[in-house]
Amino acid sequence: MTRFNWFNTTTLTLGFAFLYLPIILLMIYSFNESRLVTVWAGFSTRWYQSVFLNESFINAAWVTLRVGFISASVATVLGTMAALVLNRAGPFHGKTLFTGMIYAPMVMPEVITGLSLLLLFVSLDFARGFWTVTLAHITFSMCYVAVVVSTRLVTFERSLEEAALDLGCTRFSAFIQVTLPIIFPAILAAWLLAFTLSLDDLVIASFASGPGATTLPMKIYSQVRIGVSPEINALSSILIAVVAIGVVTASLVTKQAHVKRIKEERMAINSI
Amino acid sequence: MAVTDIASPPEEIQEPSGLSSGWGRRLFIAIPYIWLLVFFLAPFVIVLKISLSDVILARPPYFPNFDISEGWQGFLAMLRVFDLENYVWLAEDSLYLNSYLSSLRIASISTLLTLAIGYPIAYAMAKAPKEWRATLLMLVILPFWTSFLIRVYAWIGILKKEGFLNYFLLWTGIIDEPLMILNTDTAIYIGIVYSYLPFMVLPLYAVLEKLNISLLEAATDLGCSPLKAFWVITLPLSLPGVWAGCFLVFIPAVGEFVIPDILGGSSTIMIGKTLWVEFFSNRDWPVASAVAILLLLMLTLPIILFQKQQEKQAEASQ
Repeated sequence: MTRFNWFNTTTLTLGFAFLYLPIILLMIYSFNESRLVTVWAGFSTRWYQSVFLNESFINAAWVTLRVGFISASVATVLGTMAALVLNRAGPFHGKTLFTGMIYAPMVMPEVITGLSLLLLFVSLDFARGFWTVTLAHITFSMCYVAVVVSTRLVTFERSLEEAALDLGCTRFSAFIQVTLPIIFPAILAAWLLAFTLSLDDLVIASFASGPGATTLPMKIYSQVRIGVSPEINALSSILIAVVAIGVVTASLVTKQAHVKRIKEERMAINSI
Repeated sequence: MAVTDIASPPEEIQEPSGLSSGWGRRLFIAIPYIWLLVFFLAPFVIVLKISLSDVILARPPYFPNFDISEGWQGFLAMLRVFDLENYVWLAEDSLYLNSYLSSLRIASISTLLTLAIGYPIAYAMAKAPKEWRATLLMLVILPFWTSFLIRVYAWIGILKKEGFLNYFLLWTGIIDEPLMILNTDTAIYIGIVYSYLPFMVLPLYAVLEKLNISLLEAATDLGCSPLKAFWVITLPLSLPGVWAGCFLVFIPAVGEFVIPDILGGSSTIMIGKTLWVEFFSNRDWPVASAVAILLLLMLTLPIILFQKQQEKQAEASQ
């Protein structure tokens, strides 16, 4: 059972071809000279140039990055708090509702989340734009953050916190000095997830946004409706490359940090 | 809900390493709690309220509006104007019924297709050499991180009449005339299977990887053929993963907007798209809200079943 057999090899090859071929084709043809997307007419980087010269793309990218950065950071703080509440606060009135509100946004159809947030902003008389998109993104990202951080807290060695308390730490300093460093890789991964979710979102942003705050997915969507264009291929390739490099780097870094932490955690437990 | 409603229980049941007690703890609980109440729960109450209102040509385009300064009397006056008119409208116009039904049909077929494709992949991953598994897992998750919109868009170039697929099939001589796939239901199925495959593979892989090999060895020792061993042992034991994967694909697929809009044809109506059109093109907010409420009701049952199944699995693993 430790070697590949022909059946499993074929399945995996076909499966990964299905998952990756569309993206690879898109990236290859973003270097196509011709405007006709599926006819190869020689290598060219002209579509990349036109992406960088297109002011509306650059503006949208800037809006998207700012929304992503702010919403991911706030969502990480709120989501980590929510994860601690779920795992460390003990029972309290309304905990079932709280747990429900953490898990529900992840299975909620985006059109409903988008519509409901928009109607909230309208009835509160908020001007729709940059900040309403950011608020909407914080709300759905914080739930993902809460789940990712919770997963880490569940497998966390409680005795370390208790040892810190026995040694005279206040609860706050025990959290800062013991808990936080241990769950930090999970928090980092959660931030990255929140950032990518915000970067990707089209539906919720379309509802929550107003004039003057067009995000990159909204911009891409309006172009895609007209049809395939080599510029969109180039822009998509840039986004895919950025995200892929980010995710692979982050996962390598967190893996290393995780191995190191586990080792330290074990040493600490052994020395207690 | 006020902060006092979520106040802390008596001190003695608090866990030893829990959050600090007293006001600090209450505040700590209250911040994410209130955030979710305001930005998640309250919006649903508003959707419900507007679904009972009438559409008018004004800003905001619905009536009545609740004016907080009128207090309790204003609230009662608002209640009297509410009616189920929008829901009656939804029931009378076959467009809405058809979009609910076709959403259910498309989501069910796509879920089964995703299962049929995802199961062998998850199985092969679980049977792969140990040192390969982390890499394979990463390869399944990685596309999930790249933009959903871009991954759906990539299929236009493949499926359209002059696209890569037709080019390839014509070149190999399998077909003589280009296939019309883009703007059909087939394109939607492909789009959903492609986009949601990781959601199916991950829970399946999680159960298949934990499967006890000695059970299969015992079956083989007792004279079971590999196929029969799969049928009587592997498949039943992987059912929790099958359920989890199916729910994770089915629930978002029902309300899907991007895939039917970009890959589907004008004749395919799915409820997510109907809601979008009702809101952005027809600007009928009350009807859009009623569509949302009914969609939510439709998804409540699968969501509850999913949660029950997750709880059962969590208990079983403890």
